Amino acid sequence: MFLLNILKNDRGGRWLVTTLVAMILVVPILNSLPPDSILHLPTYSISILGKYLTLALLAVAVDLVWGYLGILTLGHAAFFALGGYAMGMYLMRQIGDRGVYGNPELPDFMVFLNWQELPWFWSGFDHFWFAALMVMLVPGVLAFVFGVLAFRSRVSGVYLSIITQALTFALMLAFYRNEMGFGGNNGLTDFKDILGFSLSEDSTKVGLFIASAIALIIGYLVSRAVTESRAGRACVAVRDAESRARFMGYRVENIKLWVFTLSAMIAGVAGALYVPQVGIINPNEFSPLNSIEVVVWVAVGGRASLYGAVIGALLINYAKSYFTVELPDVWLFALGGLFVLVTLFLPKGVIGLMSRKGVLA
Amino acid sequence: MRGIYTSVVRLFSLVLFSIASTIATAGEAQFDAYEVRLINAKFDEKAQIIQSWMSEDRAEALSLIQLMLASQLYYHKKEMQLYQVEDASSGAQALRLSDDAKVEIKSKRDFKRVSINNSLRTTFGSWLATAALNDPDPRLRREAALELIADPSAEVVAQVRELSASETDQSVKEAFAIVLAVADLYSEEAGRPAEAIDILSETLEPAGLAALTKFSAVTTDPELLKQANRAIDKISDEAAFYAGVETVYFGLSLGSVLVLAGIGLAITFGVMGVINMAHGELIMIGAYTTYVVQLLMPDHIEYSLFVAIPAAFVISGLVGIAIERGVIRFLYGRPLETLLATFGISLILQQAVRSIFSPLNRSVETPDWMSGSIQINPLLALTESRLYIIFFCLFVFFTLLMVMKRTRLGLQVRAVSQNRAMARAMGVRSEWVDAMTFGLGSGVAGVAGVALSQLTNVGPNLGQAYIIDSFLVVVFGGVGNLWGTLVAGLSLGLANKVMEPWAGAVLAKILVLVFIILFIQKRPRGLFPQRGRAAES
Repeated sequence: MFLLNILKNDRGGRWLVTTLVAMILVVPILNSLPPDSILHLPTYSISILGKYLTLALLAVAVDLVWGYLGILTLGHAAFFALGGYAMGMYLMRQIGDRGVYGNPELPDFMVFLNWQELPWFWSGFDHFWFAALMVMLVPGVLAFVFGVLAFRSRVSGVYLSIITQALTFALMLAFYRNEMGFGGNNGLTDFKDILGFSLSEDSTKVGLFIASAIALIIGYLVSRAVTESRAGRACVAVRDAESRARFMGYRVENIKLWVFTLSAMIAGVAGALYVPQVGIINPNEFSPLNSIEVVVWVAVGGRASLYGAVIGALLINYAKSYFTVELPDVWLFALGGLFVLVTLFLPKGVIGLMSRKGVLA
Repeated sequence: MRGIYTSVVRLFSLVLFSIASTIATAGEAQFDAYEVRLINAKFDEKAQIIQSWMSEDRAEALSLIQLMLASQLYYHKKEMQLYQVEDASSGAQALRLSDDAKVEIKSKRDFKRVSINNSLRTTFGSWLATAALNDPDPRLRREAALELIADPSAEVVAQVRELSASETDQSVKEAFAIVLAVADLYSEEAGRPAEAIDILSETLEPAGLAALTKFSAVTTDPELLKQANRAIDKISDEAAFYAGVETVYFGLSLGSVLVLAGIGLAITFGVMGVINMAHGELIMIGAYTTYVVQLLMPDHIEYSLFVAIPAAFVISGLVGIAIERGVIRFLYGRPLETLLATFGISLILQQAVRSIFSPLNRSVETPDWMSGSIQINPLLALTESRLYIIFFCLFVFFTLLMVMKRTRLGLQVRAVSQNRAMARAMGVRSEWVDAMTFGLGSGVAGVAGVALSQLTNVGPNLGQAYIIDSFLVVVFGGVGNLWGTLVAGLSLGLANKVMEPWAGAVLAKILVLVFIILFIQKRPRGLFPQRGRAAES
């Protein structure tokens, strides 16, 4: 009932949650059909779909701050990547002595760098619960500290966008350094298993897909709960008229701070689910281009609707997979053109188009 | 020890070989005589033979010494003649020294190296150095003298003493004085070492400091030790000073690059308020223009930059105007949307360059007049290309400043940015001014691209590498303030280079980024914020 309450005014959200639940139920069945059946869904497609769902979750996190709070964040990929690194570290520890060097204590890249012992910040990552905690805590704390500094001093608009970009750029440079102890250029890879299940098993991949779908549902509902609450309405007030909201007595910086931190944690979870499905995390995930791409997913789908972000993420990532294989030269033209066309002609994105035609209320 | 010989050998091989090849046939008979003697000689006889050979035909003997030191002097066992052999395997070429004829090595067993031992090596090396001290070219004489500092032998010192009396070239004279001082450090004569230390304390040649350090380690005289340590401290202080000067110089040149990259953005973003994420790609277009100009005039690379600068200004400017007219003008007042749209344009431009010029980096040549360096003293050399960058940056900056302050366009730009409605009411065609301003900023970005093409790889990612830096420079300096951009760029460049020695290049960059992030929290409007009404928008 609580669920229905959250989605009371959200037809798109009801559709989305229903579809995702249906996928959770149907996909494993389709996957277990014999391979020669028409309806058989190969495992690699499921992994790709699972990857898209984690990206959609990231898009929801960005829509929460950009759509409802008006903060154009160009650094959300940083929180995504940090969550990914936390999960990657857990997966690294699970390798144990099955690495190339067979060292039971140290991951391969540390053996390669001639390190003698595990750095202190790696301790604890043997345990899944600890890693899971860090997946949310590290991006959350970073976002909190960043937010305290930025929102208290009322950095806003373009300036804020540029420093979020500087933040992710600085993190990228930092993670490229071998001395940081996160695998440098190559990042973390060669994962073997998660929670005792082998990552190369089909059933694990389906399991990760289901986990991603559930995470997306939960992330969506949490974000929707926020936007439907009083705080959510205050968000919109801050977005549309920051000074006015402040003069009416709202603590603008606190509202911003909490929503921004929550959004960063959601992004962290998305990253953590992304990493086991693609099998690698490296500093490239921090690149400023990635963050801006997420913003475009949201813009294409439709800002300030949450489910639009999901649609945009799925659409563009599908297009990206298609183009980069079939017509690699065209992809950047298409993506760039999309940026321009959407901002010029589709300020409300794809869902704006649909609602004009009466498909969605 | 060997290092010295090889460098001496390298230094003079060219000179001596040219002399050797011009030796006339007059000495042919004696060549044959010495040749046989040398081939049959034992180690201890070789020095003697070469010495008497030197007294008759100096150049010839010296070139043989070089060959021996380089292990390239061989003889044919049956012919009993000397050959120069670089590669002693069957089928390779050998040069017969008696008549300069090239001969193919039929069997490598026919040839045997004229071997020398370590003591011969030492002797020969000092002979070569002595010979170099008499070279007609003063630069080579100076180099030769400085090579000797590390370990001057008694004869060499005597010779230097003799030569320094008749030496006319000031720089060579100094070098000789240093050599003599190093030798005098160990002199038994009272007062001589103290004097030598005084002389050495005045020089910045690294070898002088090395000699003093060595001396201070072995000397037993406490007075001299104190004096030597004082001299070492003084030289170290000076070295630190010049290292500091060099860091500042590097910092200023890096800062100039940042200013160049950011200055166009200071117009489009700072004055007009347009978040132009395609700024980096406009720089890239300038760099590629340089490349194309060089392709078009391959015989005149020297002048290509003077063609490339206006060409890049025009091309980047036109692209900028097209962007403004085609996209940005629909988005005024919506900065975040502008950011996204221009980012899309940047992707399109990158891919366009990739499709036209290939994704690989293109090499842009540096004209000869830009390479080279100015040697201020032994510890400080200023590379000329950096100097040109600094001057070019200042030139662009002041030109732009004059355009903004002194021209009609500049006046109109400022009017429109301060109060668009009022400016229009006064008859300013604001749309035209927008297009021109954006074109100006973009053109300056293109000019920056010409400069950057001389420093970094010209590739499709060139722009991306500079976009974040440019924005930070403009924001740090204070939006809408050209002077702020100059100060911000130069100080960020300096900060980067000052931190580099102890933090490493990457960490220095990260620290600068973190610093700017924190700085913006404290002063969101940058170093030099705009005041008055313009600040409120």
